[in-house]
Amino acid sequence: MKTKNLTLHVWRQRGPNDSGDFERYVAKDVNEHMSFLEMLDVVNEDLLENGDEPIAFDHDCREGICGMCGVVVNGYAHGPQERTTACQLHMRQIFELGWDELWIEPWRATSFPVIKDLAVDRGAFDRIIQAGGYISIRTGSARDANETPIPKDVSDAAMDAAECIGCGACVAACPNASASLFTAAKISHLGLLPQGQAERTDRVRKMVGQMDHEGFGSCTNHGECEKACPKGISIDWIARMNRDLLKAMTTSADDIEERD
Amino acid sequence: MERALTLTKTTIGKKAIMALSGVAMLGFVVGHLAGNLKVFSGPEAFNEYAVWLRTVPALLWGTRLVLLAAVAAHMASAFSLWSRNRGARKNRYAKKKDLATDYAAKTMYWSGPILLFYILFHLLHLTFGGMIWTDGAALFGFEGYTWAHSNPYNNMVIGFTHWPVVVPYVLGVCALGIHLFHGIWSAFQSMGANHPRYNHLRRDLAIALAVFLTLGFLSIPAAAMMGWIEPTTQTFYYPELEPAPVTVP
Amino acid sequence: MANTELKSNEPTGPIEDRWRLHKQNSDLVAPHNRRKRTVIIVGSGLAGGAAAATMGELGYKVKCFCFQDSPRRAHSIAAQGGINAAKNYQNDGDSVYRLFYDTVKGGDFRSRESNVYRLAELSVNIIDQAVSQGVPFAREYGGLLANRSFGGALVSRTFYARGQTGQQLLLGAYSALARQIEAGTVEMFPRHSMQDLIVHEGKARGIVTRNLINGKVEAHIADVVILATGGYGNVFFLSTNAMGSNCTAIWQAHKRGAFFANPCYTQIHPTCIPRSGEYQSKLTLMSESLRNDGRVWVPRNKEDVTKDPKKIPEEDRYYYLEERYPKFGNLVPRDVASRNAMYVCDDGLGVGPELDGERRAVYLDFKSAIERLGEDTIRERYGNLFEMYERITGDDPYKTPMMIYPATHYTMGGLWVDYNLQSTIDGLFVGGEANFSDHGANRLGASALMQGLADGYFVLPFTVGDYLGRNRLKDQAPLEQDDKAVTDAVAGVEAKLKALANAPEPTHSPDYFHKKLGNIIWKYCGMARTAEGLKKAIEEIPKLREQFHREVKVTGDTDGFNQTLVKAARVADFLELGELMCIDALAREESCGGHFREEHVIDMEAKRDDEHFQHVAAWEHQGEPSAAALHKEPLEFEYVKPTQRSYK
Ligand SMILES: Cc1cc2nc3c(=O)[nH]c(=O)nc-3n(C[C@H](O)[C@H](O)[C@H](O)COP(=O)(O)OP(=O)(O)OC[C@H]3O[C@@H](n4cnc5c(N)ncnc54)[C@H](O)[C@@H]3O)c2cc1C
Ligand code: FES
Repeated sequence: MKTKNLTLHVWRQRGPNDSGDFERYVAKDVNEHMSFLEMLDVVNEDLLENGDEPIAFDHDCREGICGMCGVVVNGYAHGPQERTTACQLHMRQIFELGWDELWIEPWRATSFPVIKDLAVDRGAFDRIIQAGGYISIRTGSARDANETPIPKDVSDAAMDAAECIGCGACVAACPNASASLFTAAKISHLGLLPQGQAERTDRVRKMVGQMDHEGFGSCTNHGECEKACPKGISIDWIARMNRDLLKAMTTSADDIEERD
Repeated sequence: MERALTLTKTTIGKKAIMALSGVAMLGFVVGHLAGNLKVFSGPEAFNEYAVWLRTVPALLWGTRLVLLAAVAAHMASAFSLWSRNRGARKNRYAKKKDLATDYAAKTMYWSGPILLFYILFHLLHLTFGGMIWTDGAALFGFEGYTWAHSNPYNNMVIGFTHWPVVVPYVLGVCALGIHLFHGIWSAFQSMGANHPRYNHLRRDLAIALAVFLTLGFLSIPAAAMMGWIEPTTQTFYYPELEPAPVTVP
Repeated sequence: MANTELKSNEPTGPIEDRWRLHKQNSDLVAPHNRRKRTVIIVGSGLAGGAAAATMGELGYKVKCFCFQDSPRRAHSIAAQGGINAAKNYQNDGDSVYRLFYDTVKGGDFRSRESNVYRLAELSVNIIDQAVSQGVPFAREYGGLLANRSFGGALVSRTFYARGQTGQQLLLGAYSALARQIEAGTVEMFPRHSMQDLIVHEGKARGIVTRNLINGKVEAHIADVVILATGGYGNVFFLSTNAMGSNCTAIWQAHKRGAFFANPCYTQIHPTCIPRSGEYQSKLTLMSESLRNDGRVWVPRNKEDVTKDPKKIPEEDRYYYLEERYPKFGNLVPRDVASRNAMYVCDDGLGVGPELDGERRAVYLDFKSAIERLGEDTIRERYGNLFEMYERITGDDPYKTPMMIYPATHYTMGGLWVDYNLQSTIDGLFVGGEANFSDHGANRLGASALMQGLADGYFVLPFTVGDYLGRNRLKDQAPLEQDDKAVTDAVAGVEAKLKALANAPEPTHSPDYFHKKLGNIIWKYCGMARTAEGLKKAIEEIPKLREQFHREVKVTGDTDGFNQTLVKAARVADFLELGELMCIDALAREESCGGHFREEHVIDMEAKRDDEHFQHVAAWEHQGEPSAAALHKEPLEFEYVKPTQRSYK
């Protein structure tokens, strides 16, 4: 079992209005089988032992599905391993790259204000969904599930888009801090399904309107988000969202209200 | 309803404007190259092509107006998105690693303005040249490089033997190629033109067009420098190309 | 007043008519009155999220709370396998009755028949609801829904969305919730942790929360409170639950008068990735389907436990499940597989890294399956699981056997509720994993998602409406923020948090104590329990608790984002609940489902004692966990007659 000492430069920021800075720590005897977050746990135990305040970072499931974790490690959102969340990143990956020094930063986007250290506020994502990321169906009023057959490829495509875990890595990795991948994934998931057609025109307008309103940057087609996405959500969905929006805004009879 | 959300207010709408105006400009660039390649058919053909352009004022002015509008829209949208995107990340990363993006995509905000400056220079040189210089005047103060209203062929070919003309031109054309490499692919994406079956073609087309246009435009100064095309000693006179008075139809 | 007689309030009559008749005979709230009634829902998982969305839709004024930064991240998101429903789309003889029957039997005859029947009945509506919300369940080429079989059932009734069924179902409920937030009927409070329940004149009337961002302790007043805060599996420290899963909400409600039912019923899942070191923070579940093709073994000889498994010859491998259970082999039920893994490791045959002087892992070997079916078939079946395994362990399961070990996965116990999902406190309802209903002593695979959604979409909105209809606004005692019941509760929480942040001799982190507690529970109240061990645990836990309150160390501001303080508050509650678990396990002198007492076996298998223990054990708090009073709700089985199970 390999162990190693690592130098960490961790972003510490007391609150949204604090300017923040990097602090240097040494993580001793890091074991290759540790997950990245477990390595931070051990550093935190030491900090606490010494009477210092542990590093704040978000996490919950530690299985790569809840989307709560997320930090930028040496410039990579969720760290260097492809299709892997920070909680599923293991230290052997870092060892293999020969890294002895890690720069650990929060997601940086104006629409994701830092709450503390590495924890950010991703409420903007919830508000984008609230703007229209649903199919309006009252509980109990659904028809039999097999009444509408859905071709397998359509359903599979919807699932591809629906796999998004809402972690925000796309925003973090985008040079423009754009939320297009997140928004497009949801719009496409619902827009592909027969059940989602009735609200398709309104949904895309409302969700894009909210996305813009939150202050995210625009998509300039770099493709960084797709590479950083732990679920490999494709930027093809962004093109689909663009098409849906252009169609909705040029063909619908009435306008929707601008958000304020 | 107080304020309606209109297409042009959305980031996606702005990107669509960039894509559409970009396509308009791309169309012009392709036509422009096609015309300029006439230089290889000799002075007469080339000059007559220039004359022909003047004889269809609707085409000329139509193109000019559309282009002007396209440039304005392209720039306005670019500026609006640029300032928005800067605001979207006020605190930068200490370390940031790029995984997917490329040089062309990252330098759009450089290649664009470079291209703009080059176009201004290019217009001053060849289009507005006629208004600024008089026949026989030495262009850019170069011995032997004199202006002739009725001989665009020479204005061009001689120009391309002078480095102060060639260097900006080469830079401009390279900026164009790089801009188009990302711009063409990006336009497909922004307009939502995608289909799993054909998606790979979008990159291929972008590369093909960018390379073709870059090489096409570079072939002219290259030929001039190598002496494959030479200034003509013939004299031409076309009233359509003579300066005064410029009439707007 | 507290319902101390434990009236289940089940309807009577033919089981298939009970829920329908119950609904017919219940009260309703007029639409224009609904917006005047505030409903607090703690939890945004399948149970809480679905209830909040539905009650918002009905027009109630809903306040929904979760501790994560978004309701979409509730732990339900992690469920992989699927959700059962008696749709009989496969035409393989499934029916509501069969699902009911399987669930009662699977629960080892320790659940309430009426509840289980209702669950099976509602399972059908859940799938309809989910599909119309846009949940992309797996489909067949013809475009109809696909099913698979799960957890030893004889029919294929499990609906799934790749390996992310929980995620997709939760996103469905979350989207419905988002719609109501937008509509203004639901107010969402993410990053809020419930710390206490406000009881006023015998009725649950609100909660006290701590805002996890700014540390503010606040009271929220309502007409009714619903808890859907998930399971308490993290009492073991290591479990497959999310890091934040906690028992605080239900434990505080218990301390306010809600009875805690069957706390000792916990489910241990046999196929999890073993611990790799002291630093281990949680355990990861590998789908049970792996046992379909993998063979479980350990070395026969102790000398071989550190040897490269590929070099151990066939005759030196102990395929203990195949040898002990020739009929079911590697496919014995969860608890049997788990317990046997423990036994072989107890015998010193465990493999894997040595931790605390022991090796606790067994091999799950795909070699013969790969030889028989080819690597491609195996890749097709388990590709993403193998990938996940390799990501975590660094070993390639195509080349070397996997290592697995059981881990705590689910808690069947929870707050006692009647047929209406109301606890022993009037106006306090409990749904999802947080209540004890439906699964008895053991939960079948793919039925927790079903229960959470049945409770949330279809049961609670209805039974809570009935409660509000019967407790009319004008008859309800007014309650304001300055009422003593409210200010006392707020002050109590503030004092508790202050004490945690200022322990007299701060020495150790909350995790230090949590790990110690976990070790005790795992050792004495885990897969196999003895009276002797449980007594030991009951002795040790209060000592640990006392040490915790003396020595727990919390740094940083209490009035801000402070994850150490949050953790300390959770551990404080686990330290009390853990003791009650052991007390319950000690009192239940039989083996049933997830509760296995080594004294009560026949042929190494669980031996139920229906004569003395065919009841729900509901504990009433009386100051200390050790002083809890036991109340029994007898269970009747009119339809499914108890039988002893056997897998030999
Ligand atoms: C790894 C794994 C795999 C599983 N796979 C399956 C499967 O395939 N099929 C199946 O049927 N079941 C499965 N289960 C079980 C199932 O997922 C859960 O039992 C079920 O999702 C619980 O739902 P819930 O709504 O009761 O609680 P949860 O989803 O746990 O939600 C709890 C909610 O309460 C909130 N909360 C908790 N405490 C507080 C507090 N103090 N203050 C405020 N808010 C609080 C949380 O924020 C959260 O919103 C699996 C479980 C695990 C761990
Ligand atoms: S902690 Fe849930 S995805 Fe990382």
